[in-house]
Amino acid sequence: MDTVAPPARFDPRGLVELDERVPGTAQIDGGRASFDARELTTRQINLELRRLVYELGVREVTVRGPGAKHSLGVGILARCRITFEGSLGYFACGLIDGPEVHITGRVGWSACENMMSGVCVIDGNAGSLTAAALRGGDVVVRGRVGARTGIDQKGGTVVVLGDAGSMTGFMMQRGRQIICGDAGHGLGDSMYDGTLYVGGKVASLGIDCVPGEWTEADTEFVARKFSIYGLGSPPELQKFVCGKKLYNYDSLEPSERKLVL
Amino acid sequence: MTRMLQSMKHRGPDSTGYALYRRPADELIMRIKLADGASVGDIEWDDRLRRRREEVKARIGAAGARLAAVDEINDYTIAATLDYDGEIKHLADYVESVPGTEVLSAGSALEIVKDLGDAESVGRAYKLDGYVGTHAIGHVRMATESDVDISNAHPYWAYPFSDVAVVHNGQLTNYHQWRRRLERLGHRFASDCDSEVIAVYLAQRMQDGATLEEAMRMSLEDLDGVFTYICVSDDALGMAKDELAAKPLVLYEGDDMVVLASEEIAIRAVIDREIETYDPYESEVMVWTR
Repeated sequence: MDTVAPPARFDPRGLVELDERVPGTAQIDGGRASFDARELTTRQINLELRRLVYELGVREVTVRGPGAKHSLGVGILARCRITFEGSLGYFACGLIDGPEVHITGRVGWSACENMMSGVCVIDGNAGSLTAAALRGGDVVVRGRVGARTGIDQKGGTVVVLGDAGSMTGFMMQRGRQIICGDAGHGLGDSMYDGTLYVGGKVASLGIDCVPGEWTEADTEFVARKFSIYGLGSPPELQKFVCGKKLYNYDSLEPSERKLVL
Repeated sequence: MTRMLQSMKHRGPDSTGYALYRRPADELIMRIKLADGASVGDIEWDDRLRRRREEVKARIGAAGARLAAVDEINDYTIAATLDYDGEIKHLADYVESVPGTEVLSAGSALEIVKDLGDAESVGRAYKLDGYVGTHAIGHVRMATESDVDISNAHPYWAYPFSDVAVVHNGQLTNYHQWRRRLERLGHRFASDCDSEVIAVYLAQRMQDGATLEEAMRMSLEDLDGVFTYICVSDDALGMAKDELAAKPLVLYEGDDMVVLASEEIAIRAVIDREIETYDPYESEVMVWTR
């Protein structure tokens, strides 16, 4: 097996550090590869991931012992399967477009931030700002999440089997969240659009977040997500949407209002 | 503790501090800082420090304490072991009446160590590798609103309450109000850092009869701004988080230990296996006792 590290080079995606060498320590077996991250730095781990996925076209990568390091698996823009055996730190798997990621531990703050598409399943708990500015794809957290989950969410789906902290769905603009446990204060505060489903108690609703009318489409959507990820049967959920009282795009300017009156 | 702090060097490279606890002794241990580092071209530096050291020893005696031992940690720090059963405030004020000095910590179990630099250099300079204790908290600082010097580094001793120390991440917006209130009650502030007010606030509440946990719960109402802080005493460890949950904290509760840090990577520096951790929610206060 060839373990000579290829030289790091400039990448048009701007993601490769020129001063770091690709470790090239992965064991590759057909379309699968795995490597131990314990002794590697954050950059080395990400470079090794890129080498496997982009240069060697490996479609299934397992990373052992990530040790809660920050910013791992960020910006992978190809269809592939990545498994992290352990916990990740802050900014895990942000900006990804395509991968199916499975994290067997927990993640810190801002996991799956700005994710474009793909799937990220987290077996443990997640910190605050999970799926911030999520654009697409599914983020599934089997544990509980911190505050401000899906802040500024613009698409995609977040599924949380445990509880969620305060200001969940703050300023969300599109997309859906299914929170099976309790939700903290200020649920859906200042949301523009999108849908929040909550199974447990809601400590308080945020400004302009109101209960929504349950439809057949909601039942079908929740059942579909639960069956895709093998989460069993969904709990009874309440639906919350934007009341559309906080903003009004067609309100008149003060000068125009005078004319009307 | 040094490994934990070093793993979070990226959070604050300015200064590092430790609040170390050992089994309570009969004597009082007082860590005293004589100056905040030499200024360039100060030719009388050594002489001045020597005079201050002698003056501090004299005033300890004048305050009614018997000096059992003095450990000269470095040029500008001493650890004094004292036989004293009076009020700590009386003694601390006596010592601090020597210009330029500051009591970093006082108590039968607590010793606060803080200096400029990362955890490894502070740990090495103060020979902390061999320190055997029961529990500790630490802090790496990135100064935002006050100077980079030893006085402004965390942890803060909860003057004048023995054996209590605080580390804080965040900004307090009603700092000046509380500082003035506490100053009117006779407390002194050694720095311009907003975090110090938490330590003194808790000390005042506890002096008024509250337990550590009650004092911390009151602080959620009384302190404005964003904060996650850890407060520790000789037999208890507590965390409090503001109502916005704006600052991080990761918590691991094992069978035989509790570890908290801003980032899980610090917990991993001392526990080398997969563990279950979580973030406490907003307005939470948790206290563990030994």
